[in-house]
Amino acid sequence: MARRVCEVWCLGVVVGAVGRAPAAGRDAMNTLSEVSTSSSAPSGEAALALAVEEVSKSYGAVKALDRVSLHVARGEFVALLGPNGAGKSTLFQLLTGLFVPDAGRIEVAGFDMRLQARKALARLGVVFQQPTLDLDLSVVANLRFHARLHGMGRGARARIDAELERIGLTERAKDRARALSGGNRRRVELARALLHDPVVLLMDEPTVGLDPASREQLVAYVHSLCTHRGVGVLWATHLVDEAESADRVIILHKGHWIATGTAAELRERTGQRSLRDAFLDLTGESSVAHEEAV
Amino acid sequence: MATKSEWQQGVPASRSGSIVSHALQALLALSSRETIKFLHQRGRLLSALVRPSLWLLIFAAGFRDVFGVSVIPPYSTYIEYQVYVVPGLLGIVLLFNGMQSSLAMVYDREMGLMRLLLTAPLPRSVLLTCKLLAGTFLSILQAYAFFAICALFRLDLPWWPGLLLALPAMFLTGLMLGALGLLVSVYIKQIENFAGAMNFVIFPMFFLSPALYPLWKLQESGATVVYQLARFNPFTYGIDLIRYAMYGQMNWLACGVVAASLIVFLGLAIWGYDPQRGAVRHKRQGS
Repeated sequence: MARRVCEVWCLGVVVGAVGRAPAAGRDAMNTLSEVSTSSSAPSGEAALALAVEEVSKSYGAVKALDRVSLHVARGEFVALLGPNGAGKSTLFQLLTGLFVPDAGRIEVAGFDMRLQARKALARLGVVFQQPTLDLDLSVVANLRFHARLHGMGRGARARIDAELERIGLTERAKDRARALSGGNRRRVELARALLHDPVVLLMDEPTVGLDPASREQLVAYVHSLCTHRGVGVLWATHLVDEAESADRVIILHKGHWIATGTAAELRERTGQRSLRDAFLDLTGESSVAHEEAV
Repeated sequence: MATKSEWQQGVPASRSGSIVSHALQALLALSSRETIKFLHQRGRLLSALVRPSLWLLIFAAGFRDVFGVSVIPPYSTYIEYQVYVVPGLLGIVLLFNGMQSSLAMVYDREMGLMRLLLTAPLPRSVLLTCKLLAGTFLSILQAYAFFAICALFRLDLPWWPGLLLALPAMFLTGLMLGALGLLVSVYIKQIENFAGAMNFVIFPMFFLSPALYPLWKLQESGATVVYQLARFNPFTYGIDLIRYAMYGQMNWLACGVVAASLIVFLGLAIWGYDPQRGAVRHKRQGS
């Protein structure tokens, strides 16, 4: 089993290092009219895993998001890069249905989050920035809790076993979540988010508090999910190095969509040598970005 | 590594559209979690039983000769004061656990677990109702544990079929008090504020009710304002409903008030947790 886990991690690292083929629909931009069915998507479901159109959100007088549009194709790894306060967490709260946008539309696998929330949420996997394991329950009880909330029935047991084996924590299944390290807790949260076979995986700054090795493993593993399970991933981060290997990078700043493209495209567009410099150039937040990147 | 098709076997109920099956699984999830956590917290079980037991064994024993209870419905004869206070103490078991569930909601919000619940693919009204039912099951377990303590001290209660008849009354009252707890949890932003808020809920509700003395005694003693306040307290009717049910009688007024209060409290709580309209939407969580 340990060998298998190692293979999974290593595979992810290799995938992340050599880069991957551009994901389908990369160049499609910003409008839901581009959402169409394809042979790779289940019958009746849209090719795009996630589509966000002209979404705005204000808290009182503060405009947290202003007409933001983006999309994630199936199997695509999209990094949402922005400094603290850019509106990433607000966007994730809207994407997960915790709050509703003041304007605009969100679709998950073609299902409108407002009109077909149940179908949309059923296709969404989320790893929140804040830890959300119940530390008093065992690892397997946490996963079972999630499976039942998703109505997975008897099929849940096999999936729980498979996901635990995949992340190498089968032998810790009965341990209380409190006994796990920060890195292992994150892995359990990721396994939990994948239990119901989501079309899109939202990762909200998931590497906060992890050591460099755990961070690298997590990024590589999520890349492998895109490749082998066709999951579309929206990975929010303020760490530029995590965005380097993404299929596409979206830069968000002060609630505004600033730019999108591959890391190479953004470098080329700004005439900078590194993605970090391109990011600084596009946002003009050199001091903040420098501090965060370090 | 498993292929995509392998992972698509066994479509979750959330996708197949069977909302009843899905809701039942969610109820099972929440009930299991509440029960496991309750059993892990032995202090909570102990305090849930010690609290009413102290009232029964110390307060009621001490005041048995001070508070004489005349023959009033549903009683057909004179009863001991300890027998009189049992429905009220059952009520306080239900009240405390209802508020404890509210505390758990506030804790879950602080710990981030609330997000997991609210992003489950079920309508929030269904999720909150499941949460309410899960908490109420736990309340009922505690209420019957308290009955066991009453049996231990050989109280002259209508054991059969009183215990069985009390079940629907306790369930409805437990739901009403749990719904009140859910409503309170909408407005408590931090766990530190919980104790203060509870002082404005638990103690007034308990003392402004017929839990410890019949309301006519308040009227007789001239405490008209207190009497009127007690008449507008839904907990008053919850206790009456249980008291009458234990003696095989139906108090329709109490049943109606408790059911109406349940609908209002749950409706307001669902409204409060609605991201489009309720109070929770104003609580910005992170940037």
